[in-house]
Amino acid sequence: MGELLAKIGWYLQYPFVRYALVVGVLIALCSSLLGVTLVLKRFSFIGDGLSHTAFGAIAIASVLNLQNDMIFVLPATILCAVLLLRTGKNTKIQGDAAVAMISVGALAIGYLLMHAFSTSSNLSGDVCSTLFGSTSILTLTRTEVWLCIILSILVVGFFVLFYHKIFAVTFDEDFAKAIGVNTGAYNLLIAVIIAIIIVLAMNLAGSLLVSALVIFPALSAMQVLKSFCSVTVCSAILSVCCALAGMLLSILAGTPVGATVVAVDIAAFIVFHLAGRILAR
Amino acid sequence: MAQLTCQNLTLKYDGKNILENLNFSVHAGDYLCIVGENGSGKSTLMKTLLGLHKESEGTMETGDGLLASEIGYLPQQTIVQRDFPASVREIVLSGCQARCGLRPFYTREEKKLARENMERMGILEFERRCYRELSGGQMQRVLLARALCATRKALLLDEPVSGLDPKVTAEMYQLIAKLNREDGITILMVSHDISAAVTYASHILHIGENVFFGTKQEYLDSSIYRKFYEIEG
Repeated sequence: MGELLAKIGWYLQYPFVRYALVVGVLIALCSSLLGVTLVLKRFSFIGDGLSHTAFGAIAIASVLNLQNDMIFVLPATILCAVLLLRTGKNTKIQGDAAVAMISVGALAIGYLLMHAFSTSSNLSGDVCSTLFGSTSILTLTRTEVWLCIILSILVVGFFVLFYHKIFAVTFDEDFAKAIGVNTGAYNLLIAVIIAIIIVLAMNLAGSLLVSALVIFPALSAMQVLKSFCSVTVCSAILSVCCALAGMLLSILAGTPVGATVVAVDIAAFIVFHLAGRILAR
Repeated sequence: MAQLTCQNLTLKYDGKNILENLNFSVHAGDYLCIVGENGSGKSTLMKTLLGLHKESEGTMETGDGLLASEIGYLPQQTIVQRDFPASVREIVLSGCQARCGLRPFYTREEKKLARENMERMGILEFERRCYRELSGGQMQRVLLARALCATRKALLLDEPVSGLDPKVTAEMYQLIAKLNREDGITILMVSHDISAAVTYASHILHIGENVFFGTKQEYLDSSIYRKFYEIEG
């Protein structure tokens, strides 16, 4: 045990490891907050679709050779979130079909662009890293770390301020609208926050795994707890713990960061699910 | 002056007219039952009254101190709610959103109001229980308490007894009648249960091929009701 701690301490000397842990914890916190809303509004797939769109945006950014790709990826993803939300109401194309269309489309175009124009010598490595986030959390620059911190504060701030509104809109949109809550605006706000979270969280888990960070903690907490407030708090704590454990494990064992974090999330879900079954008896 | 007046209201859905030239008015303290066959436009009418459906033409005015957003609404249960982790208290409190505007948190008065309404509906003991674990009748009481947090004047109930057993149904009707009688809350109830409608309501709006609006007594004497009565026996 002491040996392990010493090893962790040795790793912590490196600034990039410290950056990774700080950003990882923040990402885990943010991504878990809206999980309940996403799962219950049947928005889980929007999270997934957005992450694929973000992959396409990253591909375009890398083709354009942008220094800081967040500047392009964030607005592009937010735009897609708004579009997806709109098509959800369109009766001609079903919401989930629209999500599938946009997400796989973005994935294909993204890969095509990367393949056709990439200047990098290690193309498959780049693609793999964007899809599974294998190294990006360990190669963050100072600017990216600050951007992550600022965006996380914004997300948490918005969530706290609009917590009761988000609850009302998630639980019963028609009722909320009937009593004069501007549900359209809050749905838009939720979509924008989701887009920001997805872009942030892609650093940790890559675009294929990112929705796991969003839905697993919420689903785990929902197995056991019974009020919106307790589920939200529990999923935030759980998400942070799983992310920390996953990151430390991956550093010690040399496994890919994103996949390890998601594996820990899955383990936590199984534990919570069993606990829920036992408690229900 | 009437709380709610609809003149020459034409209900539309997907561009098609479902119902034309609907005229009726509701006064404070009325108990109006909106009855009609499935597909006659009951739910479109209800959504129009709540401002959720904007396609319809004609005028709908509120008056007598009632604002359109002050009509409390008891919706039918949705699938989302069946696995939603929410405590009874959280749901009832969310009815207070109506008076919150942009303010992020609930005031002490709003929390008190939520408590009073839970007490009124006899669900205060379930305050911390999870909504999805309650029985059908208890769930309806929770949603009714929430609607009461949003209004003191008028309630619009959408099939409030669907899926409830006969005993709970009778209790629910009693509870609604009590709100109408003792608290003077105007009730608008969408229902297909005509026998309950003629027992409890003061006015009936029957929509469908033939439209009728009038007091309960006028309805009992009308040809529409007699036709229905003959079919039902």
